[in-house]
Amino acid sequence: MKTKFGIKEVVATGIGVALFVVLTEIQVPLVIVPNTALQPRMAVLAFLSAVFGPLVGAIVGFLGHALGDALFYGSVWWSWVIPEIFVGVGVGLFVKKFAIKEGGFNGKSIVAFNIVQVIANAVAWIIVAPVLDIVIYAEPSNKVFAQGAFAFLGNAIIVAILGTLLGIGYSKIFAKSGSLEKEDAE
Amino acid sequence: MPKMLSYNNKGTWIHNLCGVTKLVFFLLWTITAMICYDIRVLSVMVVISVIIFIVSKTSFSQVKGVFTFVLVFLCINLFAIFLFAPTHGTELYGTEHVLFTITKKYVVTAEQLFYEAHVFIKYIVIVPSVFTFLVTTNPSEFAASLNRVGIGYKGCYALALALRYIPDVQSDFTKIRNSQAARGIEMSKKASLINRIRHTATIIFPLIFTSMDRIDVISNAMELRCFGKNKKRTWYMGRPLKAADYIVIAATVILSVVALLITFSNGSRFYNPFI
Repeated sequence: MKTKFGIKEVVATGIGVALFVVLTEIQVPLVIVPNTALQPRMAVLAFLSAVFGPLVGAIVGFLGHALGDALFYGSVWWSWVIPEIFVGVGVGLFVKKFAIKEGGFNGKSIVAFNIVQVIANAVAWIIVAPVLDIVIYAEPSNKVFAQGAFAFLGNAIIVAILGTLLGIGYSKIFAKSGSLEKEDAE
Repeated sequence: MPKMLSYNNKGTWIHNLCGVTKLVFFLLWTITAMICYDIRVLSVMVVISVIIFIVSKTSFSQVKGVFTFVLVFLCINLFAIFLFAPTHGTELYGTEHVLFTITKKYVVTAEQLFYEAHVFIKYIVIVPSVFTFLVTTNPSEFAASLNRVGIGYKGCYALALALRYIPDVQSDFTKIRNSQAARGIEMSKKASLINRIRHTATIIFPLIFTSMDRIDVISNAMELRCFGKNKKRTWYMGRPLKAADYIVIAATVILSVVALLITFSNGSRFYNPFI
């Protein structure tokens, strides 16, 4: 499948990265495990991937995380930047199923969205991030897997709540006002 | 929360380098620091990073907030490593020199401290180069130069848009947060965890929806101007690599290769003084 990267996708990527970077500012720390936090920016990533597809999702995740961390924290922790690609692509692959832009984000597609996002987050944070931490930074494995597990939990929860609500809201407000099909059918 | 770093033109030769040159330096430098576990090499790299930071005339007050934040983050990380794996250093280096004992499980060894010193210094190598890269690179010139070295212009344009709109989105964000705060929605640490998540939603929703509007407006404007019609486009801020750029790139490559050669001279990436 060839992914389209037209004008809309170019702009969505740009603005998406900007959003992701700005939302780096909101982090609700999970006190239990050091240096993990609830990140609302993850919900935005999942939402944008679900609306604009895998390529936009991958770039927003990768570039947004790298730029955001560099701008706010002065450093780039590559082993936690790369997993964002898996989240963006994972969620983005099923863009047609969710039909957010078409106003069809309800019931089944909400469930599908959440199953996909949980799997994508699990792969990214329980597998990819800790393994990269061990390979690249030679960090102790029990520490990185504990951090990974909590990052997964935090991200999955925040996407499940905020991401889903964003999808529903956008699907209702924006898609319907522009579509005539609904009225024709009535 | 620390203030965000931003571009500030001070006209030194580092500011005048092409953005691509600085990106090459930044990537090679961070990757070398990432692979290397030799404290001698890393120490030299810290010195070089700091020299570059000073030469670029970046004042410390520009980056002070972010720097403090990094230090706190780093100390928590070092502590966490000890908490989770007090014998990780022993496992890596294969010997054990006990310094003192806290409890049965938590024995402080020279190997552990040596390992954690590496984690610390690896971070310290990266931080000044990130600072220098961010405060000396003009975003528009950077995107234009990336296109010149062969990155597709749509990708470059997305990057240019991102860099261009970060301040705008941030000002939207601040406005929305302030108006929600004026309505009595508490975002600071005073609120409970659940409430903070709920209150976050009251900021994110308007922010995302205005941004989605913005995406429509910008892409319509670009469509009207026939963006993407031709295979190439020209850039106002673009400029070719000059002699200074080639010298810096060559120097970076040589430095990185030498650093890695020294690191791997004993057959592994860990420098081990204990054997």
